[in-house]
Amino acid sequence: MNLPIWMPYALCGAGLIGLGLYGLLARPQLLRRILAFNVMGAGIFLLFGALARRGEIAYADPVPQAMIITGIVVAVSATALALALIVAHAGAGGGEGLPSDTPGGGKRDERGDDDARDDAGHDRRIPGRDRRRNEREGAAR
Amino acid sequence: MATPFDLALSLLVLVIAAFAVLGRHGFMAVVFFITFGLLLALAWLRLDAVDVALAEAAIGAGLTGVLLLVARSRLKALEPPLAPAPHPVLRAGAGVGAAAVTTGLVLAIPALPLSTGLQAEVMEQLPLTGTDNPVTAVLLNLRGWDTLLETLVLLAALLGVWTLAREIDWPGRAGRAHRTRPDGVLAQFGRVLPPLALVIGVYLVWVGGHRPGGAFQGGTVLAAAWIVTVMAGLLPAPRVDDRTLRTALLAGPVAFVVLAVAGLLADSVLVFPPDRAKLLLLGLEALLAVSIAATLAMLVFGAPEDRSGRDP
Repeated sequence: MNLPIWMPYALCGAGLIGLGLYGLLARPQLLRRILAFNVMGAGIFLLFGALARRGEIAYADPVPQAMIITGIVVAVSATALALALIVAHAGAGGGEGLPSDTPGGGKRDERGDDDARDDAGHDRRIPGRDRRRNEREGAAR
Repeated sequence: MATPFDLALSLLVLVIAAFAVLGRHGFMAVVFFITFGLLLALAWLRLDAVDVALAEAAIGAGLTGVLLLVARSRLKALEPPLAPAPHPVLRAGAGVGAAAVTTGLVLAIPALPLSTGLQAEVMEQLPLTGTDNPVTAVLLNLRGWDTLLETLVLLAALLGVWTLAREIDWPGRAGRAHRTRPDGVLAQFGRVLPPLALVIGVYLVWVGGHRPGGAFQGGTVLAAAWIVTVMAGLLPAPRVDDRTLRTALLAGPVAFVVLAVAGLLADSVLVFPPDRAKLLLLGLEALLAVSIAATLAMLVFGAPEDRSGRDP
């Protein structure tokens, strides 16, 4: 077998891209979508890095390496922000998926949403978690 | 030439990634994702990309893994309504689409024209860049522009996370209070790991000047030391309006911008004079490592939250 060393990794990268794309489209939970998105990104990096390794070269090309490192750091920044958003989404009474994904899905559940809203008026407090705070503030008053 | 090891590793990376994406259990998926990142780092080593391997292990596997674990535990505590499974037709469509993308890429790989790459050009310029590590030379000098914007992306992400804080909690300590059992695993690790991580992190930053390593890899290890200490409850997370913290967050990007402007006045943007390049790069790398470590750790801690009743 005379396969160049980059070939299995390039194929692996192509496979990861498809796998991540599938997870991004077909997984309902937002956390799993972010995970799948990271798998897809890692696949793109691997394909890119493997393709840069083709030909008769003595050492790996530093330019793609630098670009991939930049990409990894940008990916983790975006992931951190996306994860903070889905936690806030769930904290605000949203589901672990998006409401638009399914007709009738993503219903707000009944865990104390309404009394928090009555109490806070237009204030965009996070329900559920805020109930305790509201009670405490009420007691302090 | 590809060895059986390369074939097995590529296959294993794919299988582990499949468990992470398709697995039913959320916690297992995250653990598989971390394993996936570590195996991927091994793949990067096989491709002679040691700097990328370090970045993937530290950032792709370690830091992203911690972020996912923290987010998962918070989501679990909030008990959001379950997301209903998508329609089978939609799933089948996604499967066909994803398979088509992979097939297209696989077919395209042998058809791509061969390129000689840019390593010859980089090697030609290397003596003028102030570092012996070609990847560091590209990151901080030749393509410094990318890296400057990248540090701003990190700050922008942190600002985004901070904007999710409620008015009432701002400005408080970042994240929520961590308490652990004093004889537990995390408390023990919290004492043992940070000193080691501190040494490894500083070494990685320093060694980036002539061997694989650098501000991003070293900064991430330094961030890990801080994260473990805080998560073990040994140190409180900093207040978000702490001046030292703000200085640490901004030091790297500001130094980078100052260098860019100074270069602009002297010659052109982000051009380092070769005779002083080594010193400038070393200083810049040190400041960047501090800022990267602070920003990444703050991204993991999260926005200030209601700490009442949890603060020890």
